[in-house]
Amino acid sequence: MSLFLFRRIAGLILTLLAVSVVVFVSMNVLPGDPVLTILGLDSTEDARAALRQQLGLDKPIVGQYFTWIFNALQGDFGISYSYGVPVSDLIRERIPMTLSLAFCGMALTTVLALVLGISAASNHKRPGDWGVMLISQLGIAIPAFWLSMLLVMLFAVKLRWLPPGGFPGWGEPLLALRSLILPSVALALVQSAVLARVTRSSALEVIRLDYVRTARASGFSRHRILWRHVLPNALIPIVTIVGLQFAALVSGTIVIENVFYLPGLGRLIFQSISNRDLFTVQALVMMFALIVVLANFLVDIAYVLIDPRLKGRTT
Amino acid sequence: MTRSPLPANLVIGAILVALVIGVALLSTIWTPYDHAALDIAHKFQGASPAHWLGTDQLGRDVVSQLMVAAGNSMVVAVTAVLIGGTIGTALGLLASARGGWVEDLVMRLSDLGFAFPALLFAIMLAAAFGPSLPNVVIAIAFINIPVFARVARASANQIWTREYVFAARAAGLGQFAISRDHVLPNIAAPVIVQATIEFALAILIEAALSYLGLGAQPPAPSWGRMLSEAQTLMYIAPHLAIYPGLAIVTAVLGFGLLGDGLRDISDPRLSRERPA
Repeated sequence: MSLFLFRRIAGLILTLLAVSVVVFVSMNVLPGDPVLTILGLDSTEDARAALRQQLGLDKPIVGQYFTWIFNALQGDFGISYSYGVPVSDLIRERIPMTLSLAFCGMALTTVLALVLGISAASNHKRPGDWGVMLISQLGIAIPAFWLSMLLVMLFAVKLRWLPPGGFPGWGEPLLALRSLILPSVALALVQSAVLARVTRSSALEVIRLDYVRTARASGFSRHRILWRHVLPNALIPIVTIVGLQFAALVSGTIVIENVFYLPGLGRLIFQSISNRDLFTVQALVMMFALIVVLANFLVDIAYVLIDPRLKGRTT
Repeated sequence: MTRSPLPANLVIGAILVALVIGVALLSTIWTPYDHAALDIAHKFQGASPAHWLGTDQLGRDVVSQLMVAAGNSMVVAVTAVLIGGTIGTALGLLASARGGWVEDLVMRLSDLGFAFPALLFAIMLAAAFGPSLPNVVIAIAFINIPVFARVARASANQIWTREYVFAARAAGLGQFAISRDHVLPNIAAPVIVQATIEFALAILIEAALSYLGLGAQPPAPSWGRMLSEAQTLMYIAPHLAIYPGLAIVTAVLGFGLLGDGLRDISDPRLSRERPA
């Protein structure tokens, strides 16, 4: 296990280094001058030179990368050009919002998908199965931001049950949770469509195995067979997709936070793009990529915990 | 011998895709009105014989905007998937043909590509180069490269073990000629299936970016931007938030079902039902 962990952690570090190079190169080396972007085309050459020096952009590019990565490792992403405060402070303020939304969305996604997927598999080739497949096909095709708008129209504008957007802060936990309901549902309905299909097909693979037939012949209830015997053995592909979906979900928060005006990293990255605050964008893209890579890393670890037989294969 | 009927998902998907492409093509020669023509006197009109789906906050005809937006969406999706698919497939073929460190390098680079969710990468490019449809095309194309590289490599690896490839090698054909003449034609099916699925994703990403203001810029209509404009008007004109969403769902559902159907045909094992 320790060798497995060592190799996975080494892979994680290498991936993060490669990701940091891609992010840095995309924002700094590709055509397009960040100083020109910040100051505009009508700025004077003196002003550009001064800002370039202030931001350290007059140094060689390799040196700039190492300075950036060295500072980033110590939690220093520089000063936000538009907010005038350290980018790390902005991230620290906003990350709880994004992670709360992502975790609420993921929890809801998993519950919905498992219930739908398992019930579809247990009603294979019956109307219940077709219904779930139809819903999931539609769910995959619906953009999350449109679904959000429909939910707002129904539950906030028409019925006035839930707020249309905004976040009161965790000082008022009940109100905070209430304002997370619609965004989480919007995220979860779309994501659970994919996961429900995977759960269904994975459960169908297991349902036909001998031990399930034996369990059925032994008189176990249908409920017990499905949740105690079928689901645990159908988990590997489900966990894979959950990991990939967490990545999609985290990037989905960028859109959802903008629909519901939630003060998270997604809203910040969007505002930073509008303000042409490229260094904040650079730090935020790195942050999102870090969350995605970490999610994939945890999936790898989860494989082994779920099925220790995979340990030998993955080392 | 009777031919088995075509899968329902293939038929429905093909009809929806034909509808969307037909509308997009029609918009190049005819729309009910000029999509950008302002008519403030007739703003927020409901459906009527004059304006089938009404008008928006500036009196622009909604049907005309939806039609032109369909064209924009298709152009972005097709161009991006063609570019990403071509480069990705070529890299996958190269990885499979050369093996060794070349294969390792291509696969590790494609792993890196998966570290960036599509939307995030597109946002990064939009931030670096500024928001525009060509940048959306570049972003979606880039995201597609690792996907196609993986599909092409996995399929090509199977073809390289076939006897006719051994025969071609024995006849003195080089790796490039074998890849072009024997491997590529035999991996076309999975690559085309993947392309159909990626069209659907490309339409969704383009819509999301345009919704965020990072894609199509005014006056070019886009389903995503129409929804963004409609969001602030939900209290007074909720219908404006319905039609562009339905258009996106139709297009994405169509390509998704078509991709599923094509996959079922190309690999019948996938569609074979198992006993419960």
